[in-house]
Amino acid sequence: MEFGLSSEQTLLQDSVTRYLAEQQPLDAVRKVAEGENEDALVWQGLAELGIPGILISEENGGLGLGSLDAAVVAEALGYHVTPAPFLSSAVIAPVALQTAGQHQDLLGSVATGEIRIGAALAEGISARADAGVTVDGNKLSGKSLFVLDADADHYLVATAEQKLYLVAADAAGLTRTPLSTIEKTRSTCELVYDKVDAQLVSEDPGVLAKTWDAALVAIAADTLGASQCALDQAVAYSLQREQFNRVIASFQAVKHMCAEMAAALEPCRSMVWYAAHALDEIPEEATMMACHTKAHLSEVGQFVTRTATEVHGGMGFTDLVGLHYWFKRAGFNRQILGTPELLRRRAFDHQQMVA
Amino acid sequence: MDLSFGPEYESFRAEVQQFIADHGNKSPRQGGARNKDAITWQKLLIENGYAARTIPREYGGYGAEPDIIKSRIIAEEFSKNQINTGLGGQGISMLTPVLLEMGSEEQKQQFIKPTIEGDMVWCQGYSEPGAGSDLASLSTKAELDGDEWVVNGQKIWTSTAQLADWIFCLVRTEPDAPKHQGISFLLFRMDTPGIEIRPLVDMTGEANFNEVFFTDVRVPKHQIVGQRGQGWQVANAILGHERGSLAPPDAAQTRLNGVAKLMNSETMSGEKLIDNSVFKDRLMKLQGRVLAMRCNDMRLLSARINKGQDAKLAGMIVKLQGTELRHELEALAIDVMGEIGLSYGSDNPYLRGNGSWQHTYMYYLGLIIGGGTSQIQKNIISERGLGMPKEPKIEQGG
Repeated sequence: MEFGLSSEQTLLQDSVTRYLAEQQPLDAVRKVAEGENEDALVWQGLAELGIPGILISEENGGLGLGSLDAAVVAEALGYHVTPAPFLSSAVIAPVALQTAGQHQDLLGSVATGEIRIGAALAEGISARADAGVTVDGNKLSGKSLFVLDADADHYLVATAEQKLYLVAADAAGLTRTPLSTIEKTRSTCELVYDKVDAQLVSEDPGVLAKTWDAALVAIAADTLGASQCALDQAVAYSLQREQFNRVIASFQAVKHMCAEMAAALEPCRSMVWYAAHALDEIPEEATMMACHTKAHLSEVGQFVTRTATEVHGGMGFTDLVGLHYWFKRAGFNRQILGTPELLRRRAFDHQQMVA
Repeated sequence: MDLSFGPEYESFRAEVQQFIADHGNKSPRQGGARNKDAITWQKLLIENGYAARTIPREYGGYGAEPDIIKSRIIAEEFSKNQINTGLGGQGISMLTPVLLEMGSEEQKQQFIKPTIEGDMVWCQGYSEPGAGSDLASLSTKAELDGDEWVVNGQKIWTSTAQLADWIFCLVRTEPDAPKHQGISFLLFRMDTPGIEIRPLVDMTGEANFNEVFFTDVRVPKHQIVGQRGQGWQVANAILGHERGSLAPPDAAQTRLNGVAKLMNSETMSGEKLIDNSVFKDRLMKLQGRVLAMRCNDMRLLSARINKGQDAKLAGMIVKLQGTELRHELEALAIDVMGEIGLSYGSDNPYLRGNGSWQHTYMYYLGLIIGGGTSQIQKNIISERGLGMPKEPKIEQGG
């Protein structure tokens, strides 16, 4: 029995972390967030480590690794608030296309970072007013909101009937409008379809469900990393900031805030590992665990990122320190692809609570 | 990631299952000190290696090599089949490990066997009215008079004092030494003249604890564990043992299932509570936390088996998180019942689950405070887990 990361997984974590710490520090993140640079540069750097192809089978040109490996990478990306389309291109698209067994020829170019596939899943999960996608023959009409990745070459589109389609970003009749959100490290857009040519990926709602589960665990892992970094920064700041002639880390009020963050966050690490393991190895628990893990990490992430900001005092509120990038990263992760309430309801529906 | 225990352990599991099939019907429903059936059951468990498993045979135990996975399998199978896991109490769970580590050969021979077999019942004399979180400031004193210690002072929060044959007790023997180095660990009989026990009724309406007063209690000089002034190290070894066991995640899982069952039977204006979206969300929120703690527990188990896995922080947070979680689980059950949730006392015909929800709700508030308060836990987590400094001492005088 061994519950934890393998030595290969630790190595993977170290190599991604080293790259991000050296090549993508906060200054570099800011340049992307402020529109000075594009995230393509970061994605290319990660492609040299094979990251876009982490879940793509070797046959399809990727690394052929598992969900726990992907979670380890997602955690590192969250820790460094890395601007990269990992969730859509490296998790959602490969899982959907490989599960459906369709259009896998695209994945080789995804693995090298040459092309990006965005994800318009919201309409299949919890459509809001103003949105909705209808299909007539192989033509899509309607609208998808808060689509992941405003710079993708293709989009995976879910309909209200939980069917999945693939459309090209430059297809006739498709209008793409970037949507500004609080989160500047990952982009979203609106897609409006006017009889757009689409290719069917799957009519089986099970494909969307499996894709959604994988996305939930990756998002939870990202929040784990972002929250861990916020906590680390809070502790480090409290150890050097002095007031009343002592470091504020020596005040119980501050210590207890940090202890509460650590106490809430530490079990989350094990939860993310288990949920990722369940995706590949314990199918009967996979959906329930994925929903609970993303919901729980959303709650803890919110608590940790706001509390870490408080530990920084007024500086935490400024752009100067940049802690808000982690706060917004966790905030974005909480809202996308299912709020905690929606996911807890789904977790309830996927288990037998009472005989 | 490998969650299986392997084939050699599956045959051990089969052995445990066979024992349960053969003897499970003798498992007593009630445990507790002085219960005849519980003592008979305890002896059967020891004989078969399901209690006192790693205690050497020469001291009355089963004498097996420590094997964390086997202990885990026993716990899992007993819990799954709702089999009594044998006697607990502070003599078995806290004193015995200390005697094994620090006791003299004579003390091991004299105390361990009757203790683990349930024939010798112990209580713990640590906390005092003036020494709670700051336990090392305790002031019950013992002075040497010839071949005897003379003990004077008061202890509080002493559970099972009225049942106990013996007490293991922290006393100040070196008044001039720094506070941590002036304490000794004494063992003495509870029927020694000069001991008075007063039950301490708590918010549950029961006397789960007592106050114990010592007036010129005379204790033979050799009834000390370790050396004079070493009592603090001895006590700390046991406190570490106590904390993790106050809030096991598997028990929280069992309780969560109980709340779900209650929600399936209770109704509000004709609607089952399990179908009410607000209550359902509260239940699921708690399930998320229970799952996180169960995963944390798997990591802790793994770190004990596989050297080199770091789970220090994961262990430190268990008491803080686990007791709070249980308290909130019980609170949900009470809310599920509405006014019925107020019922307490066996004469109330609307009582659910023997009144255990209200009782445990209050009892867990006691556990949030006892065994190192949540605030002390947060000090430990921030200092030992996160490397933050201690609060500076206030200078005396001025």
